[in-house]
Amino acid sequence: MGELNKSMGLGTRSQQQISSKARIRTGSLKIQRLRENALAYTFLAPSLILFAVFMFYPMIKSVYLSLHSTDPAGNVAAYVGLDNFTTLFSSGLFLQGIKVTLLFALLTVPVGILLALVLAALTHSKLRGMRIFQFAFSLPMVLSVGSSAVIWKFLFHPTLGMFNYVLSLLHINPVPWLTSPDWALFSVAMMTIWMNLGFNYIILSSGLQGIPDDMYESAKMDGAGPLVTFWRISLPLLSPTIFFVTVVSIIGAFQSFAQINILTKGGPVNSTNVFVYSIYQEAFVNFRFGTGSAQAIVLFAVILLLTMIQFKWVERKVHYQ
Amino acid sequence: MKRHLNSTLLYVLLTIAAALILYPVIYTFFMAVMSPEEASAYPPSFLPHSFHMENFTEVFEIVPIAAFIGNTFLISGLTMIGQLITASLAAYAFAKMDFKGKNFIFSMFVATMMIPWEVTIIPNYLTVRSWNWLDTYQGLTVPFLATAFGTFLLRQFFLQLPKELFEAARMDGCGHIRYFVFHVLPLSRPALGTLAVYSFLNMYNSYLWPLLITNSENMRTVQIGISMLEFQESTSWNLVFAGTALVILPSLLLLIFGLKQLVRGMAAGALKG
Repeated sequence: MGELNKSMGLGTRSQQQISSKARIRTGSLKIQRLRENALAYTFLAPSLILFAVFMFYPMIKSVYLSLHSTDPAGNVAAYVGLDNFTTLFSSGLFLQGIKVTLLFALLTVPVGILLALVLAALTHSKLRGMRIFQFAFSLPMVLSVGSSAVIWKFLFHPTLGMFNYVLSLLHINPVPWLTSPDWALFSVAMMTIWMNLGFNYIILSSGLQGIPDDMYESAKMDGAGPLVTFWRISLPLLSPTIFFVTVVSIIGAFQSFAQINILTKGGPVNSTNVFVYSIYQEAFVNFRFGTGSAQAIVLFAVILLLTMIQFKWVERKVHYQ
Repeated sequence: MKRHLNSTLLYVLLTIAAALILYPVIYTFFMAVMSPEEASAYPPSFLPHSFHMENFTEVFEIVPIAAFIGNTFLISGLTMIGQLITASLAAYAFAKMDFKGKNFIFSMFVATMMIPWEVTIIPNYLTVRSWNWLDTYQGLTVPFLATAFGTFLLRQFFLQLPKELFEAARMDGCGHIRYFVFHVLPLSRPALGTLAVYSFLNMYNSYLWPLLITNSENMRTVQIGISMLEFQESTSWNLVFAGTALVILPSLLLLIFGLKQLVRGMAAGALKG
């Protein structure tokens, strides 16, 4: 009884205690939430500040510059509206640049992916020594564009180069690899395919490794040969990976610069004057930052469009497991 | 019997493909040890008939290649460390913390992945120039210290860490900072390793930005230095290749030691990211 009384007597007090405790708890919860928010923003701050300064602000500044003319020091001289863009699209050089870039993508992307796919499929077996081949086929990936281009420049050398020498052994006339407008883009594309092979190979072969073994087992049980297995099982299951590699390769083709700068400098007769090279020329050789920015905006629009098209249309046809 | 024939055919095919793909690299090392006469002789030789190790010392005398290599290692290392810090912090916030505007900020990070670096290069050049950062290490590194790709890679990895671990740590009174430093980071070594190799290689191989913002010879990076070597009319090809061999050597070593790591991480980024 006394206990009951005690507890009853305590009842009111403990209720008070609970409510005050609850108040403290919601208060501390609020503080805790505030603290978590503050901490999260502290964690994000370095990245956010860097992105703001070197990504978002430059994006806005690019749009701003593209609507202005500048003096050679990069100071804005006057507002010109869309003049920079109309100048670009009425200049044959820019349209030629777009054509060259598209052609470059067309030359490098399908062949590059196909080659890597074949090599990935061939090395996807448990035979001995496959690791050596895997190493060999991934190797171009770690070589930089800069040094690769220097190496290939010598291979392309009209008289001393190995390519023309091998051709001469086969009694074929020497090819003007980098010096003829008909050949230059093709030669740069060849080098680029080689350079991209490592990346494409690594991604595609790890995609192949991701396909579960029992798929192959059951196909084998059903009597499917290696070609049928590849066509009916590997390829459909690999389609997300192929899709990814395609997107990356196309965007990469639109961003190529170093190999062009080292091998051909956009020439001969602008036959290799791709997008980024002409931005570089316009802004950092001719010091026309306005039209250079206008080109950069067009590049951005094209890449954005490409990415969206791919995600909207191609991805729908891609088979996800 | 047929099986045996098939695998022999496979080996032959793969060996030919490997020889063709490796040829430019092997050739670089062959040329690097040829005598000047042999390097510029016609017909060119497939295999070196002379062995001129002094090419390597000579190339150091013609161009400050030691400075190039030092610069490149310094800026690649700094960028790597910077990216590891900024990306792991941001990734932790996205993976393990609740805060206002998380979705909005996350989509801003996605947006940065859509902006090609080349598009922002003109304003960035003007910014860096206005800060008098041309020809400086901070000009070469600071714009690259944050990475959206790396943040995604790490976030993906952090999300896979078991929830129970976090709850247990919390029960023991472990706050976010302690949990991040003493639990998440040590457990994420594979992902951090991937990002480290990836960011180092990226910076080591970059070309356009160093070309734009470095002027003096002792600030150049290897990629620019090596293409400058080739433009000097007086130098002979064997020296150009000796320089190139020195430049590609670190990347090759990285490939030998980091291939597995790199493949795993890139595949994770490509397939799950």
